[in-house]
Amino acid sequence: MSERILEVRDLAVSFDTYAGEVQAVRGIHFHLDRGETLAIVGESGCGKSVTVQTIMKLLPSPPARIKSGSILYQGEELVGKSDKEMENYRGKEFSMIFQDSMTSLNPTMRVGKQLCEGIRKHQRIGAEEAKAVAVNMLREVGLPNPEKAFRQYPHTLSGGMRQRVMIAMAIACSPKILFADEPTTALDVTMQAQILDLMNQLKADTGAAIILITHDLGVVAQMADRISVMYAGEIVESGTAAEVFYNPCHPYTWGLLGSMPSIAGSSRQAKEELLSIPGTPPDLFAPPAGCAFAARCSYCMKACLKADPPEFTADDGHMARCWLLDGRAAPVTPPVGRKAPAGKEGA
Amino acid sequence: MGRYILKRLAISVVTVWLIATCSFFLLHALPGNPFASTQVLPADVIEQLMKYYGLDQPLWDQYLKFMENLLHGDFGYSLKYAGQSVNGIIMSTFPVSAQLGLQAYFLSLPLGVLFGIIAARRRGKAVDYALVGFSVLGVSVPVFIVASLFQYVFAVKLGWLPVAQWKSFSHTVLPTLTLALGSIAGRTRTMRTLMLEVTAEDYVKTAKAKGLSSAKIVWSHQIRNAIIPMIPNLGMEIVGILMGSFVVEQIFAIPGIGAHFVKSVTSLDYTMTLGLTVFFGIFVVGANFIFDLVYGLVDPRIRVVK
Repeated sequence: MSERILEVRDLAVSFDTYAGEVQAVRGIHFHLDRGETLAIVGESGCGKSVTVQTIMKLLPSPPARIKSGSILYQGEELVGKSDKEMENYRGKEFSMIFQDSMTSLNPTMRVGKQLCEGIRKHQRIGAEEAKAVAVNMLREVGLPNPEKAFRQYPHTLSGGMRQRVMIAMAIACSPKILFADEPTTALDVTMQAQILDLMNQLKADTGAAIILITHDLGVVAQMADRISVMYAGEIVESGTAAEVFYNPCHPYTWGLLGSMPSIAGSSRQAKEELLSIPGTPPDLFAPPAGCAFAARCSYCMKACLKADPPEFTADDGHMARCWLLDGRAAPVTPPVGRKAPAGKEGA
Repeated sequence: MGRYILKRLAISVVTVWLIATCSFFLLHALPGNPFASTQVLPADVIEQLMKYYGLDQPLWDQYLKFMENLLHGDFGYSLKYAGQSVNGIIMSTFPVSAQLGLQAYFLSLPLGVLFGIIAARRRGKAVDYALVGFSVLGVSVPVFIVASLFQYVFAVKLGWLPVAQWKSFSHTVLPTLTLALGSIAGRTRTMRTLMLEVTAEDYVKTAKAKGLSSAKIVWSHQIRNAIIPMIPNLGMEIVGILMGSFVVEQIFAIPGIGAHFVKSVTSLDYTMTLGLTVFFGIFVVGANFIFDLVYGLVDPRIRVVK
C-alpha cells in the first residue's frame, strides 16, 4: 500500500510573459502512494492546476518553464522528457479529468470516436475491439445506454453524462494516477455526489491513485486520504485529511475551514457568521520577501514580513509553513479545529 | 429536413424577387436614358428607340413586363449590343469567368488552408514569419501589379506561358494564379488565426492528455473545428470569384462576364444590368443555401433536426 508512485521535489514553474516572469509554482514537494487520494486545495490562481499540468507536461512551453525540481514517476525522472516520450505516459500511466466537460470534449466528434482514440493508441488494437472496450467503459461509468452514447455528440448529453464520458476516457487504459482537476465544479450538487462516488468506486476497483484538485472542502472530506493546501504557488500545509481538518496549523487553512458553511452539530454554532479571508493573494510577478500570506494574516508577526517560513513539523508527516509554529512565537488559539498547534521546529 | 429545404427554397424565391424589384426601380430612378450617353442622336431617333424597347410605357407596366419575362427565364435584349439577348451574352461569357473563378477557388482553398495550418504549427518560427509576410504582401499588393508582374516574368522573360487571351489551358494559368494569390494570402491569415484559437481550446488539451501525437491532434481535432467559422465566408467568396474579376479579365484579355457587369451599369443598359443582377442574385442565394447545409454537415451542433 505504501509503494511510492509519484514524488515531486522542489518543483518551480514559471511563465515567461511580456510583462515579466510569473512564478506560478514556487518550490513545492509532495508524494503520492499507490492507491491513495491526495487533495490539493487552494483558491483560484494558487498553482494547483499548473502543478498537475506540469506533471503531465500539458502546458505549452513557452511560456511555461520548469525552473527547477524533479518529478519522479515510479522512480523515473519526467522532467526533461520530450513531448514524444510523454505521449506514452499520458492517458496510459496517468490521465486527467478536466473541470468543464462541455469545452473539454471535441464538439464535432462523436463521443465514441473520442474515447476510442486513446484506447487504440495505447492498447494497439483494431477499431472493432476498441469499440467494444469503449462501450464497456461507458457502461462501467454508469451511462444508461452505452451503445447509443457511443454514437452521440457531446452537446446531446447532459453535464453529468459528459463528465462520466470524461471519466471513461481518463480510465480507459487503466492509468496508475488519475489527476482530477475540479471534476465536480461544473456540476450540480446531486450530480457531484454521484461523480465522486463513481471515482471512489473506480479507485477501489482499479487501485489507481488520485490527485484531486479542488477548492471545495466538502469534496475533500469525502475523497481525500491526505491534503496539501496551496497558497501563492507554495504548499503551506500538508498532512492527512484528519490532521488538516481537525488540527489545522496554518492561518490560511484556518481561513479556508472558517469560510466553509457548517451545519448544526459541528464544532461551531449554526448561526455563526461565515468568515472570509480579507484581501487578495499576492502578485506572482513579484512575490513578497516574507510569508506570502502575511498581508492577509491576522496573526502576522514581524518575522513573517522578513523571511519566508520554513517547513515546521506539527505531527509526524503533518507539515505547515508558518512562523507561529516556531518555538519563539507566542501561542495562539486557532479559530477552527480542535487543538492549538503544538509547535516544534523541523525540516 | 425536407421541410427545412422547402422553407429555405420559398425564402430564396422571395429574396430573388426582392432583389429583382429593388434593382429594377433603383435602376430606372437613375437620371438619363440608355441612348443619351454614347453618341448624339436626333431626338426623334431616341424617341423611336425608347418606343421600340417599350421604355415609353409607364414604369409600372414596364415592371410587370419585366417580371413576366423573368418568370419565363428571359432577361430580354441588351440595349447596347444590338440584337444580342442578355441570356445569350451570359451564356457565352459566364462559362469563361466560371472556369477561371473555379480554378482559382480550388487552388486557393486547399493552399490557403494548408499554409494557415503550417504557419500555426510553426508559430514564431521562420516558416511562420515567411507565410505571414507572404499573406500580408498578397493581400495588400493590388491585383493589377501582380498580373503585370506575372506577365512580365513568366510570359515575357521566361516565355513559359502566353501573355494573354483565352485559348487553351496554358492561357488560363497566369490569370488563375493572379486571381488565386489574393485568396490564398487572405485564407492563410484567417486559417492561421483560427488554428491558433483552436489550439487553446480545452478539448485540444484533453486530446493531448490522452497521449495523442500532436500531428494526430491537429488532423482529427483542430482542423475541423478551425474551419467552421470560415464556412459562411466560403459561400460568399465563391460567388464573388465566379462573378469574374473585371481587372484580371481586362489585363489578360479574357472574354469573361466581369466587363459586362461594369460597363452595363455605366451605360444604363437596363436589361443587361437587371439580367446580370438577378442572375448573380440567384447565385448568392443558392450558394448561401448550400453552404448552410455544409455548415450543418461539419458542425453537428447546428445540424437541422430531422
